[in-house]
Amino acid sequence: MALLAVLFALPLLFLVQQAVSFGQPVWDAVADPANLAPALRSLALGVGVALGTAVLGTACAWMVTRTDVPAARLWAVLLSLPLVLPSYIGAFTIQAALAPGGLTDEVVGVSLPAVEGYWAATVILTLLTYPYVFLLVAARLRQLPANLEESARLLGHSPGVIFRRVVLPQIAPAILAGALLVFLYAVSDFGLPQLLRYDTLTRVIFANLLDRPVSTALALQLGVLALLTASLERGAAGRLRTETRVGDRGRVGLRWPLGRRRPLAVLGLGAVVVAALVGPMTVLVYWAGRGLVSSTSRASSVLADPGQLLAPVLGSATGGLLAAAAATVVGLPIAFLTVRHRGRAAEVASGLVVTGFALPGLIIALSLSFFVLRGPAVVAGLYQTLPLLVLAYVIHFGAQSLRASQVAVQALPTAVIDAARTLGAGRLRRLVRVELPMMAPSVLAGGGLVLLSTLKELPATLLLSPPGFRALSTEVWAATNDAFWADASVLALILVLLSGVLTWLLVLRRADALA
Amino acid sequence: MSRALLSVLALLLLAAVGCSSGPEPITIYSGRGSSLVGPVLEDFAEATGISVNVRYGDSAELALLIEQEGDRSPADVFYSQSPGATGHLAGLDRLAVLPQETLDLVDDRFRNGDGLWVGVSGRQRVLVYNADLVEEADLPSSVFEVLDPPLAGRVAVAPNNGSFQDFITAMRQVEGEDVARDFLEGLVATDAPTYANNNAIVEAVGRGEVEMGLVNHYYNHRFLAEDPDLPSRNHRLDGDDIGALLIAAPISVLEGTDQPEAARMLVEFLLSAEAQEYFATETFEYPLARGAVAAEGVPPLDTIDVPPFDIDQLGGGLDATLELIRSSGLAG
Repeated sequence: MALLAVLFALPLLFLVQQAVSFGQPVWDAVADPANLAPALRSLALGVGVALGTAVLGTACAWMVTRTDVPAARLWAVLLSLPLVLPSYIGAFTIQAALAPGGLTDEVVGVSLPAVEGYWAATVILTLLTYPYVFLLVAARLRQLPANLEESARLLGHSPGVIFRRVVLPQIAPAILAGALLVFLYAVSDFGLPQLLRYDTLTRVIFANLLDRPVSTALALQLGVLALLTASLERGAAGRLRTETRVGDRGRVGLRWPLGRRRPLAVLGLGAVVVAALVGPMTVLVYWAGRGLVSSTSRASSVLADPGQLLAPVLGSATGGLLAAAAATVVGLPIAFLTVRHRGRAAEVASGLVVTGFALPGLIIALSLSFFVLRGPAVVAGLYQTLPLLVLAYVIHFGAQSLRASQVAVQALPTAVIDAARTLGAGRLRRLVRVELPMMAPSVLAGGGLVLLSTLKELPATLLLSPPGFRALSTEVWAATNDAFWADASVLALILVLLSGVLTWLLVLRRADALA
Repeated sequence: MSRALLSVLALLLLAAVGCSSGPEPITIYSGRGSSLVGPVLEDFAEATGISVNVRYGDSAELALLIEQEGDRSPADVFYSQSPGATGHLAGLDRLAVLPQETLDLVDDRFRNGDGLWVGVSGRQRVLVYNADLVEEADLPSSVFEVLDPPLAGRVAVAPNNGSFQDFITAMRQVEGEDVARDFLEGLVATDAPTYANNNAIVEAVGRGEVEMGLVNHYYNHRFLAEDPDLPSRNHRLDGDDIGALLIAAPISVLEGTDQPEAARMLVEFLLSAEAQEYFATETFEYPLARGAVAAEGVPPLDTIDVPPFDIDQLGGGLDATLELIRSSGLAG
């Protein structure tokens, strides 16, 4: 546990070490009132997006798991996918589609106001990140035995009342956990707020990267903000009693008949998928098609030589799967220790894990570079190898699998565990035969989040990957950077496709089978 | 986790790792994208038999990485998008002095005074405008005209962009600190629209969201290559105006590299006639080696008379520029 805590503390230790070595200029930057406004804007964006995703993600999860909406499994996959669009791609395509003179204007002839500022950033980030809440809440709902809801229904309560009084209290920790992840994502995101011209703390950090005291000071502020928010959330989640009532596990599938409201439900889910996934993808398809028509003659274009796609697809899949597996394995023990035993060390570890998600990936990568190359030869030998890259992913995204596992542990029914103990099942046997199967949907959802996040991760992949390693995210970024829109679009479409296939195979199909 | 899944993972691992053998390659950290410089680096490997490892990334982020790696850095060569990031490493004494023969391949306007880097190719600062919205007669001859009517508030800038920052650094050097401060504060006072980067500006100009913008010349060529119907056009400012600055993409060799010979060969290859022609014709850039010729349609290098600018020769370098931009309140 101590070793884990140290690993997850590396980015903060690095920032503190740098801050101490720079001395006074760091404190000047911390105290500079000019940086207060961007920090408050970061906070406002984080809170707005967290609230938005809590509502949207929960509503979608309820529809997919608790109503007879048609093609529920298909919706479950589609609704998870917007998470994989790198937010700068999402923002850029939505802007290109909707802004004055953009595609809507050109094709439909409808001119909309400029897409920018707080509301644009909040709405678009909400659309791109609600899957954090959706995946965790849907996993929780799949686990919940239906008998309480059924009893309530027999007593004549309406769906609204049942949701508020019976369902909501049991899924609240999952909503909180998802909203926290969204908050951390929003405050640490750089590309989207900048494209939408909403000036946040990360913009100041990245504009001043090479002014080390300034960027270090502001990154530290971001870390502290993350720690504070995470401890608030842990406090709130800890007060909720959410243990699953013992129920008939075979009868989870209570679904409300929507009746005449079915088309309306389909319309609602459809609108979300169109805005968050189909819209951006249509723009990508349009750009890709334009590239095919004008037949880019460059030999290095992926359009000319699709064989080049193989290496990045393999690289992305490898990195994503290893990171998801490793983050799940690391998160489980911390989850048990924090929820079951309320261990002090585990709580510290848990807080540090969360900070890893709030800091820009660049800081994670630089801190590993700093410490690993200064370590003994065995450690230094790991520099820019696959294991170190996976470690960077785990430090950066471990919070996602950890929060999912914590929700799952918190929900374990003590009566069942006690029964297993009374029947003489040892600790390990209880874990493997009783606890893990019950936790599986949430744990898988957490792994899925790590997978999707890793697939679009950029800075750590660029700086720490082994020589010759290629990933789709970095190829998309490179093509975008140099304005090769056709290439960027094809690569981004393949990224979405790969994510969809992997999420379906490893997360949703299994969760369904287990539920 | 099922056995099938584990074996898939193992296969993927093998596929990802299974392609590394041969002699020690030369490692290049490149802030220039693979679509721009990848082909020419492959040509180098083919011509010399030296295999190359390229790590692509953002110039500033790669410079920070080299800083953290210290003397154990795997990098032999740093190829940057702009002089700012290279200047950061020069300030940390992380760059080796290049041999005089290598330096002499480039006009001394486009190389570092201390011999720490040479420019390989260059991009010019231009004003991109929407030809449907802007009359050609209204186009300025000096960048300072964007602060006055009729242009005030109609020209977008990208303050976070490395090239914009280099442009301000050059302005500080050539025109003085006060002029640079007045220019930045003038942009704020006239509500000049700000965008994330050059791409975003050219895109916005193309669809008419903003009429004009200050960018590097290269982007609009790329946009027009993808969509020839766009109304965005480049306008060159007067040859002796700071707004027509040429920004070199510098290449440098890391202090303490264990491959000094291969690194020198790489630098010289990039300055060879073959590579310089590639930059002129394939990336629409200015070749900077002595004697190299710009592509047709690109104005010749001799018509740019902006005084030489060397970021390392300037007190405070990029740090002071960033401080100046921060205190002006220009953000976006």
